[in-house]
Amino acid sequence: MSVSRLIVSEIAHRKGSFFVALLSVAVAVGCLVGALTLLKADELETRRIVEAKEREVAQAVERKQREVEQAGASLEDAYRKITLGLGFNIYILPEKQDVREFRVGGRVTETMPEEYVTRLAESDIMTINHLLPMVLEKLEWPEIGEEVILIGTRGEVPAHERAAKKPLQEQVPPGTMIVGHGLHQKHGIDKGDAVKFQGREFTIHEVYPERQTADDFTVWIHLRDAQEMLGRENLINLIQALECNCATVDRLGEIRADIAKVLPGTQVEEMGDKALARAEARNRAQAEALAALEREQRNGDAEIAREKEGRAAVQNQREAFAAVLVPLVLIGAAAWIGFLALANVRQRASEIGILRAIGFRSAQILAIFLGKALLVGLLGAAIGYAAGFAIALFWGDPPGGAEAVFTLQWLLLAILVAPILSVIASWIPALMAARQDPAVVLQGE
Amino acid sequence: MLLSLTDVTKTYRDGPREIRAVDRVSCALDAGEFVAVQGPSGCGKSTLLLMAGGLLTPDAGEVRVAGENPYAMPSEARARFRAERIGFVFQQFHLVPYLDVLGNVLAPAMAANVPEAESRARELIAHFGLADRIHHVPGKLSTGERQRTALARALLNHPKLLLADEPTGNLDRENAVAVLGYLRDFAEQGGGVLLVTHDPRAAEVADRTLEIRDGRLVAPQEVAIE
Repeated sequence: MSVSRLIVSEIAHRKGSFFVALLSVAVAVGCLVGALTLLKADELETRRIVEAKEREVAQAVERKQREVEQAGASLEDAYRKITLGLGFNIYILPEKQDVREFRVGGRVTETMPEEYVTRLAESDIMTINHLLPMVLEKLEWPEIGEEVILIGTRGEVPAHERAAKKPLQEQVPPGTMIVGHGLHQKHGIDKGDAVKFQGREFTIHEVYPERQTADDFTVWIHLRDAQEMLGRENLINLIQALECNCATVDRLGEIRADIAKVLPGTQVEEMGDKALARAEARNRAQAEALAALEREQRNGDAEIAREKEGRAAVQNQREAFAAVLVPLVLIGAAAWIGFLALANVRQRASEIGILRAIGFRSAQILAIFLGKALLVGLLGAAIGYAAGFAIALFWGDPPGGAEAVFTLQWLLLAILVAPILSVIASWIPALMAARQDPAVVLQGE
Repeated sequence: MLLSLTDVTKTYRDGPREIRAVDRVSCALDAGEFVAVQGPSGCGKSTLLLMAGGLLTPDAGEVRVAGENPYAMPSEARARFRAERIGFVFQQFHLVPYLDVLGNVLAPAMAANVPEAESRARELIAHFGLADRIHHVPGKLSTGERQRTALARALLNHPKLLLADEPTGNLDRENAVAVLGYLRDFAEQGGGVLLVTHDPRAAEVADRTLEIRDGRLVAPQEVAIE
């Protein structure tokens, strides 16, 4: 005769109350395991969706890249053709300037009045935009022992007859200097540095990135500063006109005719050669392609972020629901088990009385009731785990199936927590049974 | 002396009312002696039996079983003392409803931590004519069989003292006579029997009969066994 035989025999005798207690534990454990498994299934599903989305985006970007590469040449050509029909840039040079000297050496030795640019800006010519008067001189920078191209510019002069446009080139503030990348690299001249040029002090306003042209050894200062340095007050060497527009095929001829009406005797030269135009077109095409790729990536990323956000919201909602439901079910189950244990103690009062009378000790009575509670907890945990897991699998349909969502820790948690919960819930009724006075029971009978 | 009660008193309180169930009763029982306690209902017989069995602490007086005062022991030791020294038989049998005959008979062995008690249990079951009912639960037994099962249970741990409270109260004549016979046998084998009963036949088998009225012993009577 043992405690376990007493427990098993009593359970067999009162199957109904045992089944109800078992069901309570199973429901509580089932809810807990089901909720946890569903949350995990949800997490896996989110990961799967996001990964699929990421793959999709990567494929789209790759596809876009291939398209860009394939269409590269035609795109470049198309840009060249487009830019041909759109704006182009010109130089307006003084009347006596040797054009060959300008074309070959990039030097402008002749000057014209600075007032020309104002006259041009105030004219009604619609073919020119963005006027930049400047002085230009190749000279020695004695302080660093370097020959540089000095450009003095005062920024764009607004054209009066047209709506204000965003300037393509900002002016250099007086007393400051912009240097090309070659000067920065060779002489360590950096932004914010104070330098002397032919005795005049300048602060480095900016260092241009490498262009691999004469610009890398060029110095830009304010037009007034340059005019003073070179003794060319109110004189300029040339006017740059950027993004000029012509309706006819002979665009240079058309623009020359227009300018001759305002500034007779001046010479008009187109900026840059065909190779440069092609390079620009290529660069522009590349920039466009990159922008398209970036756009594709950005859209994809945004879509992934939206998906993640949506899934996270659903998951948070479920977590919040589980955070309320699971403790409620656990508390409810514990209370119900306690109630059933109390009813069991009352039902077995006579039996407890006689067992105490024939010599059963309090600890043995306690063991009978707590042993039963332990068994209820263990069996309930096993049944609850299996049921909760199965329902969650059916309902949640996790990617990767049961293996992906099975967690040994949760099984152990259920097997450990449910019996403890059951024993705690039965503790007070069991204690009441153990402390029952046999004389009271026997006299009551 | 197997059992001695010296000036034991027990008073129950029912609100402001006090009921003195047992009033300074003194009596003794030797090993091998069968004593019957008789008296009308509510006279204090059962209270006296519970006090003798270490189940109900007297308000005054002393109880000694086999020379020891069970009420001087801690609760757990007293329970073990009961399991080892005293057997109980009740009118209502008080069998565990979900244990079969063998399980019920074996229950005291668990209380006394006697590991190898099954052969003794089977002997007793056979002795009381219950061998063919060994795996029946109390609900499937007749009243006589239930009381015999209770008797077998009471005797499992070889108690020195057997306390019986109206054991024949629910039995027919034949079974009542049989039960009284078993009690007599126990006394003849050296055990002590204290029987509380209304049954006039008890006087015929007891060595002595004590009469109790209003919680007091009236007059001890010597009854010869015929």
